[in-house]
Amino acid sequence: MSLYQGIFKRDMQVAFKQKAELVQPLMFLLMVVTLFPLGVSPSPDTLQRIGPGVIWIAAILSSLMAMERLFRDDFQDGSLEQYMLSGMPLPAVSAVKVAAHWLVSFVPLLLLSPLLAMFLNLTVDMYIALVLTLLLGTPLLSLIGAIAVGLTVGLQKGGVLLALLLIPVFIPLLIFATSAVDSAALQLPYHAQLAIIAAMLLLAAAFAPFAIAYSLKVSQN
Amino acid sequence: MLEARGLTCSKQDRTLFEGLSLVVKPSELLYLRGPNGAGKTSLLRILTGLSSPDSGAVLYNGIDISKDKTGYYQNLLYLGHKSGTNGSLSALDNLSFWLAQHNVSVPVNTLYDVLEKVGLVGLEDVPVRYLSAGQQRRVALSRLWLKPAKVWILDEPFTALDVKGVHLLETSMKEHVSRGGLIITTSHQPLSETAGEHRVFDLEYRF
Repeated sequence: MSLYQGIFKRDMQVAFKQKAELVQPLMFLLMVVTLFPLGVSPSPDTLQRIGPGVIWIAAILSSLMAMERLFRDDFQDGSLEQYMLSGMPLPAVSAVKVAAHWLVSFVPLLLLSPLLAMFLNLTVDMYIALVLTLLLGTPLLSLIGAIAVGLTVGLQKGGVLLALLLIPVFIPLLIFATSAVDSAALQLPYHAQLAIIAAMLLLAAAFAPFAIAYSLKVSQN
Repeated sequence: MLEARGLTCSKQDRTLFEGLSLVVKPSELLYLRGPNGAGKTSLLRILTGLSSPDSGAVLYNGIDISKDKTGYYQNLLYLGHKSGTNGSLSALDNLSFWLAQHNVSVPVNTLYDVLEKVGLVGLEDVPVRYLSAGQQRRVALSRLWLKPAKVWILDEPFTALDVKGVHLLETSMKEHVSRGGLIITTSHQPLSETAGEHRVFDLEYRF
């Protein structure tokens, strides 16, 4: 078992043993999306207009619920200390943990997305654009979120601070993602928006692991 | 040889210690003593490199530990207040994942043997959270028999252990020292004779 495989396997095992925590954000997402038609208007046109935004906002908010799980348990039970004393490069460890977290919290969301798209009367073109933005955007949520979790993990009630730190950072992503789906609805090209999200993702993938490692070190002090 | 040079640490505007220097040689057991809040845990965490001192340096075999982390961490075993075990995983899984992280390969049989030694026969597959506090402590302590580390830094290792557990731990401390190992430990109960010869280092509470 190689070092990183071990961490990945461990995180997956832990995630699947805590099924309630795994399902909770998904339930939240489903509830938000199903309540919107009841609250706003069930007319197909309205739903199609607000649909992409609703799905993205629900995804961001539900990801905030699951985000803390990334390092909270490891910090509280001391596993994080043991990671730091293992001699493994901490940025690499963080990257593996973020990958595992993305897999368990966002891939189910991607699998649910056809259902959500049908609820909100999205066209096939819109749905393809939505999936593409989710594919590029959700790893970004995980990477940036992990930095904030690293910073707040040592605090007693870090959740509120976490949301305050992250919501402004996620706004550009939300704007570009929904604008891409809107363009798709009008049969316009949306490569530009996708390219910008991809650029943000690449930048985060390159630098976030180091920022996460640093924030975790600060929290240990 | 583990050496601390001129360590200063302050927490919440209170200086815990200032210009603290100490040397621990191989085959030595250092028993760190002091009242609550004197800074024992802070000192131990600085010695492991988990937190950094306000000033001063920690050297292992003459090399600053912040310069050569891998070299130091291969030889270090730290057990803190927190057990470092995940509650939803079994003792066996916890240990094997920990060993993989620390790049130690141990056959599975040895894992069972060690768990038997610490008195956890039949509990290998139970999620750690269902074990008692003392048993959880024993899971954490079984690392002492698994990683061939020269330096042991143990923060209150006797907490929640029963008489037999204390005896087992003290015996293994003595064995480790006789093999040329180096131990720094804190405890609020004095070490008994089983632990072998040891040097006492007192940390005063400062206002």
